[in-house]
Amino acid sequence: MDPSDLGGRPGLGPVLPPSRVEPEPPFGRPWEGRAFALTVLTMGRISGRNLDAFRFALSRLDRAAYFDDGYYGRWLNAAELMLTDSALLAPGAVDARARRRRGEDVTEPPVPEPARPDYAPTGPGSLRTLDRPPRFGPGDPVRVLTRRPCAGTGPFKVPGYLRGRAGTVVAVRPPHVLPDAHAVFAGEHPQHVYTVGFTSAELWGPEAEDATVHADLFEIHLEPR
Amino acid sequence: MTDDRIPPALRTEALEELLVERGLVDPAVMDGFVRTYENDVGPLNGARVVARAWTDPEFRGWLLRDGTAAIASLGFTGPQGEHMVVLEQTEQVHHVVVCTLCSCYPWPVLGLPPSWYKDPAYRARVVREPRTVLAEMGLDVPAGRRIEVWDSSAEVRYLTLPRRPAGTVDLIEDELAALVTRDAMVGVAEIGPVGPAAS
Repeated sequence: MDPSDLGGRPGLGPVLPPSRVEPEPPFGRPWEGRAFALTVLTMGRISGRNLDAFRFALSRLDRAAYFDDGYYGRWLNAAELMLTDSALLAPGAVDARARRRRGEDVTEPPVPEPARPDYAPTGPGSLRTLDRPPRFGPGDPVRVLTRRPCAGTGPFKVPGYLRGRAGTVVAVRPPHVLPDAHAVFAGEHPQHVYTVGFTSAELWGPEAEDATVHADLFEIHLEPR
Repeated sequence: MTDDRIPPALRTEALEELLVERGLVDPAVMDGFVRTYENDVGPLNGARVVARAWTDPEFRGWLLRDGTAAIASLGFTGPQGEHMVVLEQTEQVHHVVVCTLCSCYPWPVLGLPPSWYKDPAYRARVVREPRTVLAEMGLDVPAGRRIEVWDSSAEVRYLTLPRRPAGTVDLIEDELAALVTRDAMVGVAEIGPVGPAAS
């Protein structure tokens, strides 16, 4: 199961009370700042600051790697996964180096032959322009697809709790690169993006607290209803 | 094997050392990144946006119509702020922002996300039982006020515009900015009244 797809997941207990310290320091411990910087620079190293590839790496972590060391712990683990995916680091290299640093007698794996993706984004950031007009407009009733509409190995960038649900378009946003393809360096395939509103009853049933939940969804993941 | 686990601080040191040896990262560049996010980017930027909106109706209108441009006019741009949408808190509607898939957050105006925003319980629950979650966080939303949750599931980033508190008619923009909290700009808190209005 994708550990990162948390919307609606039961059993996670109470929320943290917001800190009364304003502002909370961005890095609670020094290693968190180092992990943050290493991750941002790693994304740049692998291929043009591909944030979608980083988020896809987060979603492929196992439960322990995702949760056990908190937010920057999962960043660190996802950075390592991206680095081993592109053979900039050998699997086990970080573990071996850490053990050597604490005095264990372990052998480090040899440095691999890099296999970085031959890929660069066409521009900075995630927003693009599209010649074709948006398929939907504000007020249009839509339904979210339940499965990934195209072949490939990338993510299906729709929160699980919205799949198959009926909603209404409330706004058309600027086109974005499509994470499903971009995350695996398979092109940008820009898409119109819509903010879609869902009633809580549609998402959680008639007993749910009354609320509207909005999410930003890609055109390729929506169908008219 | 739990006693064999390598703590994240040590793993971070190991990864940094490997990447520096290979010439893949420069520690000085890393230091610069850390310093920037510790010192220059934070919720004070968002507070300036809110205070301007409270004192300048024309700016407020622009901010609600085109958040990206209005915020950029105060100099706040950068990663995780490519397209900004500002949601106005009113007597009728309360907005609250989350990212269920990661912890996407408007860095240029609010800095890096606080621990409660990154916490799995908040990410899981606020889309399902927002009124209960807000009450646990200390905000009781009146029964007649509708709740709208915004899940930042693509690259749009949201900032909420809190209601200006009572007792602040005489305050200037800088004084108002000092009242604005990070939590109120995500929608998990309100800004309380000031001075005699507070009692």
